[in-house]
Amino acid sequence: MPHCGLSFTIGSMETVKADVAIIGAGGAGLRAAIALAQADPKLRIALISKVYPMRSHTCAAEGGAAGVIKPDDSLDHHFNDTVGGGDWLCDQDAVDYLVQEAPKELIQLEHWGCPWSREPNGSVAVRPFGGMKKQRTWFAADKSGFHILHTLFQTSLQFPTIQRFDEYYATELLLDEGRCAGLTAIEMRSGQMRRFDARAVIICGGGAGRIFPFTTNGAIKTGDGMALAYRAGVPLKDMEFVQYHPTGLPSTGTLLTEACRGEGGVLVNKHGRRFLQDYGMGPETPLGRPVLKTMELGPRDRVSQAFWQEQKKGNMISTQWGDAMLLDMRHLGEAKINERLPLVRDMSISYMGVDPVTDPVPVRPVVHYMMGGIHTDKRAATPLPGLFAAGECACVSINGANRLGSNSLTELLVFGRRAALSAAEYLQSGARAASESALAAGASAAQGRVRELMQRTGGKETVAGLRKEMMHTMEQNAGIYRTNEGLVEACAKLADLRQRYRAIELHDKTNVYNTDLLQALELGSMLDCAEAVAQSALARKESRGAHQRLDFVERDDRSFLRHSLAYFDSVSSPRIEYLDVVITKSQPGVRDYSGGHE
Amino acid sequence: MSERQVEIEVLRYNPETGQEPHFQRYSVKCREEWVVLDALNHIKETIDPTLSYRWSCHMAVCGSCGMMVNGEPKLACKSFLRDYPGLIRVEPLRHFPVERDLVTVIDDFVAKLARVKPYLIPKGAPEAATGEYQQTPAQLKRYKQFTLCINCMLCYAACPEYGLIPKYIGPAAITLGHRWNEDSRDGGRAQRQEELAATEGVWECSFVGACSDVCPEHVDPAAAIQQVKIKSTIDWYTEHLMPWLNK
Amino acid sequence: MAEQVGRRPHVRPITSEWIFRHPRYLKYMVREFSCLFIGAWTLMLVCALGRLSEGPEAWARFLEGLKSPLIVAFHVVALAFAVYHSYTWFQLTPKALPLQVGEKFLPDGVISGAHFAAWAVLSAAILYFSGVL
Repeated sequence: MPHCGLSFTIGSMETVKADVAIIGAGGAGLRAAIALAQADPKLRIALISKVYPMRSHTCAAEGGAAGVIKPDDSLDHHFNDTVGGGDWLCDQDAVDYLVQEAPKELIQLEHWGCPWSREPNGSVAVRPFGGMKKQRTWFAADKSGFHILHTLFQTSLQFPTIQRFDEYYATELLLDEGRCAGLTAIEMRSGQMRRFDARAVIICGGGAGRIFPFTTNGAIKTGDGMALAYRAGVPLKDMEFVQYHPTGLPSTGTLLTEACRGEGGVLVNKHGRRFLQDYGMGPETPLGRPVLKTMELGPRDRVSQAFWQEQKKGNMISTQWGDAMLLDMRHLGEAKINERLPLVRDMSISYMGVDPVTDPVPVRPVVHYMMGGIHTDKRAATPLPGLFAAGECACVSINGANRLGSNSLTELLVFGRRAALSAAEYLQSGARAASESALAAGASAAQGRVRELMQRTGGKETVAGLRKEMMHTMEQNAGIYRTNEGLVEACAKLADLRQRYRAIELHDKTNVYNTDLLQALELGSMLDCAEAVAQSALARKESRGAHQRLDFVERDDRSFLRHSLAYFDSVSSPRIEYLDVVITKSQPGVRDYSGGHE
Repeated sequence: MSERQVEIEVLRYNPETGQEPHFQRYSVKCREEWVVLDALNHIKETIDPTLSYRWSCHMAVCGSCGMMVNGEPKLACKSFLRDYPGLIRVEPLRHFPVERDLVTVIDDFVAKLARVKPYLIPKGAPEAATGEYQQTPAQLKRYKQFTLCINCMLCYAACPEYGLIPKYIGPAAITLGHRWNEDSRDGGRAQRQEELAATEGVWECSFVGACSDVCPEHVDPAAAIQQVKIKSTIDWYTEHLMPWLNK
Repeated sequence: MAEQVGRRPHVRPITSEWIFRHPRYLKYMVREFSCLFIGAWTLMLVCALGRLSEGPEAWARFLEGLKSPLIVAFHVVALAFAVYHSYTWFQLTPKALPLQVGEKFLPDGVISGAHFAAWAVLSAAILYFSGVL
């Protein structure tokens, strides 16, 4: 039975030999691993993650995964909702693939035992979600991501060819003759660096929401996967598109699912007015009977932007954590809240001291998701041979300028599998093994860089200090609405921070589970990603989807119906290039979320 | 917005310093609505960056931040400072070896989860890929509670049997096996029996019930274990006294 | 496998102090401790059967012996422990025997209540047929 071989020569780095290495063991990484194990039982699969798989941030996703199964729905509807929701920046051939594969993937997950919520007759239930014309969001109460993650993790345990390397932090990709040939990773518990030889590498490292101070994202979302590819020469695409989720808790930033609104919850300002109707999402719909794609079921970018506008007018309530709006779910009743939104109720009570059954909950937009990421084609392949990517860290692009809720969990499954198949095909096509000398040299250099950081003395900067400055400038200058002055300031600040990063001295210079080192490396990833975000935003002189500029308020299809590509530079700022969007069936139109359009 | 000066004692251990585990005290200005995790983050950011611990989601769903808070197994992200008016003592989760500071070695737990075959073992030939298995809300309700385990290991820290007999497979692993046994789509109970009905399986449990007390997700592992005991017993008797039933 | 440089996981020793770490552990030990008294009482029952089989004089002597203050005290304590054990045991029965009706589970009180009721009925029957009631 194939097993990743371990070799060790005195004085050299321990090496793991695999066929495919997967970096990241969340929804996408686990799905890819399972797909590979099923496709070819002879493949040696190394599944590498900086946390144990069940800690991956997939577990925090709440609302559900979209897939067409009900008779009144169609693939065309899902396609059109997604492309329109993405403000026509989605590659339509990729979206076609997504909507087609979605139902199969969700049924496969059900066959693996995912506890989807059900209709009375036993078939899978679906719920309404923002920006979707029809109900197609499969859900498991309000812990859909949690159940998907655990189902995938538990299913993966039956494949002995998936060998896991839990709590290994990947530091660099190894290249040979323009091909990806493996990576180096630090075994957290011992601090020892290991080399992983793999002719195909799939990055599923997640997003980078932690570059902002208020985010639904957990500690681990620091863009390490994105940075790995970026530094290896793969461009980061559409990084300027950062999604704000309208309903995060003001105290912790953690997420109250969009399903709150899907089940009928409404958003009001301090005067009790459902203000979304003043921003093109009206007319006001009856309480508790939401109408798809309007009012509170409008897309996330529009709802978050409406908050910002209302806030400017002074209509938000004031809390000790800043301004907020109210999410009112009282009319849903205790029974429905307990059945469909139990986690939401628990979190509101625990962290805000508010019971949604009896009181409206203060919420505000917080950073949630990055539409941008590692540039891949619709087969999940990056321009670097042997390197593939899937999930939030990748940008295919199926989400375009704004992601619809519940498309992301589906994306993990569809493109996790797609990346695996592409990797398997790549291997079968005769990908050559890399030379030992190239791998050893690359690994040695990678180790040298970490050693330099660990042994550095006389440094004046701290991880926490630089991180705080980064988050501050992103919040101030690269938030929901952006200006030229703000973005220029952000770019300059981030360039400065990247320089000052070289002057960090660690407080902890020991080897065993050194989280000072870990956070320093994560900060490096974040600074690189943040700079890509700011520079891409500065270059895009239009407003589209989640990228809104006060100085360029209109969408400009002539100049900017294109993806931005940010190319890494180790010394100076990334250079930005552009790539046309693939348009097939749907020509750019007007995003109309008012109720009058049926 | 009120603040409070909080005294926190944390068990420190770094194998490379040669010191044995010892307590280090910090005095931190905290906001009143903070949890212990917020206080630890504040310590790490402003006082002592060498403090190591696991955390991620800050919403009690990833299971990373289990630790002992004043002697009780808790999630640091759900331990509210307002519930601890005096000194707060934080230690790594009990019954697991300490790697470094508040980080434990959880290899044993992860291995045990895998041993109960925690995946769907279909009843007959797998369903053709055209539709989902039917499962009524009542069938879902039967096992739903046992799917909520976030693998935080608070139950292992609370269980004296696991502390005294490390070979015991433990509450979360048994609950996970039971979750699959009770899923109407699954047909693998016989295959899980070997692990669950072993001496180191359910029969090591003497129903202390501490596991269910400390579970932050109300999974009720103690209930799962007793239910497995009853089912295993019935299975054993039917297998040995009425073998004709097992065809 | 290569040497794990620097690692030295620390195993914390287990002592019996765990019993006093939280009231739940102490209550558990009391419940378990009851088995000593119940076991002792069962032995006494076996002795009683033995004496009964030896004839009326042996039986009468046995009954006399039961009246000693020490034996009476033992019986009081054993009865208390037995009642405590039965009470905690029946309280726990809903955990082991969940009964699902439609989508809902029967309330815990119904299941443990049924056990307590059966206990009461059987106790009353024994007391009646033995002439006490």
